[in-house]
Amino acid sequence: MATNDALEATRPIHHEAAQQQRGVMVQKTEDFGQDLTTLNLGPTHPATHGIFQNILQMDGEKIISGVPTIGYIHRAFEKIAERRPFYQITPLTDRMNYCSSPINNMGWHMTVEKLLGIEVPKRAQYMRVIMMELARIADHLICNGILGVDTGAFSGFLYLFEEREKIYEIYEEVCGSRLTTNMGRVGGMERDFSDVAIQKLRKWMKEFPAVMKEFQNLFDRNRIFMDRTIDVGPISAERALNYGFTGPNLRAAGVDYDVRVMNPYSSYEDFEFEIPVGTNGDTYDRYLIRNEEIWQSYRIIEQALAKLPDGPYHADAPHYYLPPKTEVYRNMEALIYHFKIIMGEIDAPVGEVYHSVEGGNGELGFYLVSDGGRTPYRLHFRRPCYIYYQAYPEMVVGSTLSDAIITLSSMNVIAGELDA
Amino acid sequence: MIQLNTSPAAQQKAADYVKAHAAISNEQILARLQELFGADTFSDVEEPYGMLTATVSRDKIHEIIDVLHGEEQLQLNFLTTMCGMHWPDKVGQELGMVYQLHSLVNNIRLRLKIFFPIQDPVVPTLTDVYATANWMEREAYDFYGVIFTGHPNLIRILNVEDMDYHPLRKEYPLEDGTREDKTDLFFGR
Repeated sequence: MATNDALEATRPIHHEAAQQQRGVMVQKTEDFGQDLTTLNLGPTHPATHGIFQNILQMDGEKIISGVPTIGYIHRAFEKIAERRPFYQITPLTDRMNYCSSPINNMGWHMTVEKLLGIEVPKRAQYMRVIMMELARIADHLICNGILGVDTGAFSGFLYLFEEREKIYEIYEEVCGSRLTTNMGRVGGMERDFSDVAIQKLRKWMKEFPAVMKEFQNLFDRNRIFMDRTIDVGPISAERALNYGFTGPNLRAAGVDYDVRVMNPYSSYEDFEFEIPVGTNGDTYDRYLIRNEEIWQSYRIIEQALAKLPDGPYHADAPHYYLPPKTEVYRNMEALIYHFKIIMGEIDAPVGEVYHSVEGGNGELGFYLVSDGGRTPYRLHFRRPCYIYYQAYPEMVVGSTLSDAIITLSSMNVIAGELDA
Repeated sequence: MIQLNTSPAAQQKAADYVKAHAAISNEQILARLQELFGADTFSDVEEPYGMLTATVSRDKIHEIIDVLHGEEQLQLNFLTTMCGMHWPDKVGQELGMVYQLHSLVNNIRLRLKIFFPIQDPVVPTLTDVYATANWMEREAYDFYGVIFTGHPNLIRILNVEDMDYHPLRKEYPLEDGTREDKTDLFFGR
C-alpha cells in the first residue's frame, strides 16, 4: 500500500529521532573530547512549571542538543468538541491556558458569535474587555513572578501572587469561579457586574500600581537579575516569525504584531494603548515587555471602567442565550428556549470561521467548521504555546542549564495550552 | 429542529470587517495569485466570513506557499496554522489539509485547502519553508495519519508512540457506542 511505502521512506530519520526521544546519544562523544551527559529535564521537575520533558545532551554545563517531549496532559479537546453543543465547549477552553481562562472563553464566544452573526451590546463588550485585560495581567504576573523565582528571588513572586489572588477574587464575584472560569455566554455575559465586583475592581485598581512599582524596583535594574537574563535565550525577529511566534515573545524580538490592534475585536478600537516592542528577543526583553503590557492593560481597564456604558449585558439572541431562571418558571417561550438550548437541539448555520484573539501568550485562534449540526464538524485551536515551544531547543543550545531554565519560564509555556 | 438562517447576514458582517481592515482586497489577492500560479490552479474559490479560501492540488501546495513566502507584493509570509480534516463521504478526497497564511504587513489572510484519498495520504512537507510547520505536521500525522514526505522527524507528538490508529478520523466515535450506563431513555445520546 502506498501509505506504508511513504512511511517506510521516512523511517531512517524517524528511527534516529525516536532514539533521541528516548535519550540515546546521537552525537559522537569523540567530537567533544569528553563524554556527554544525557539529562532528563522534567517531566515533573518544579523548574519546568508544568509537565513537559526535555532530554538534553550536556557537555559539562553546556547544552549540545535538546529534544522536547510533549503530550503528557493531552486531553483531545478537538475530538471532544466534535460531540458537544457550542455552549459546552467553553469549559474546554478554560483548561487550555488556565492562567488566563477568561480570554479563552471570550475568544470562543466571539467565534460562535461570528458564525451566527450576533451583535453583542457595547456594555457586554466593555465588560469582556475588562475581564480579558485582568486575565492578561494575571497571566503576565505569574510569568514574571516565576521568572524571579527561577533567578533566585522569591520575594517578587510573593508580592505578585497576592495581586493575582485579588484578581481571582474579582473573577469570583463576576462569574463564581476562580481558575477555570467558564465566564460569559454566547451572546454576552451571564450576569451584570455586581456592586461588590465593581467595588473590588476599583479597590484593586487603587492598590495595584504601588505593588507593581515595588516589584519593578526590585527587578528592573537589579544587577544580578540583569546579569542572569540579558542575552539569555535570544531569538531574532526573523527566526521568531519563521517559528510562528506571536504575543509578548514576538514583540520582545521587535515585531509589533498585536491582534488587538491589527484586527480589533470586542471594541478594542475604542481604547488608547500602546504596543511595547523589544529589540533583542532575550529573556530580559520578554520580562520588560510583559511588565509594560501589564501597565497598558491597566490603562485599558481604567478607560473601560470610566466609559462603561449602560444598557443590556447580553444580546437579544433567544436561540442561543439562556433565559433567566425566573422567566423559565413563568414564561412558556423562555421554558422552550431553555429546554432547547440545554438539550442542544438548535442547529448552527453551515460555514467555516477563523477568529483569533490576543491571548496571554499570543494569537489564540479558533478554526471552526460547522456542517449545520448542533456541534462543530471540526474545531481546531491555534494554541500559541504549542507553536512557539518548538523553538525552545534552538534557543537554548549553546547556553548553560541554568539559562535553559529561565528561558523556559520567560517563554511562559503553559502545559494545558501546549497539549490541549 | 429549528434551522436558523442567520448565515448570510453574519457572512456580510464579517466580510465588511475584513474589507475595512485589510490593505488589499480579496479580489486583488486572487488576481495576483492567479497571475503567479495560473488561473486554473485555484478551484472552489470562496470567501466564507471574509477570508479568501481556495482549493489547490497537493502537488502545487509546496510551490505556492514557498513562492508566497518570498513574494513582495502580498507578503503572505506568516504561517498562522495548519490542520487536518476528514470528510468520509467525499470519495477519493476523504482527507484534507488546511493552511492559513497571514500577512502581518497588509493584514490579509489566505486559506488554502488540499484534499487527497485516504489510501494515499502523502503530502509534501513545508518544514523547509517554515520552521513552525514541524510540529503542526506532526500533529496532523498524529491525528489524521497524513504523511509528509521530507519531514525530518515524523513521529507522533501528542499521543503515545505505540498508538496504532489516528484518532481524529471520523470512524472513531468519541465514546463506546455499546455503553448502557450512559444511555438516556428519553433523549438518547
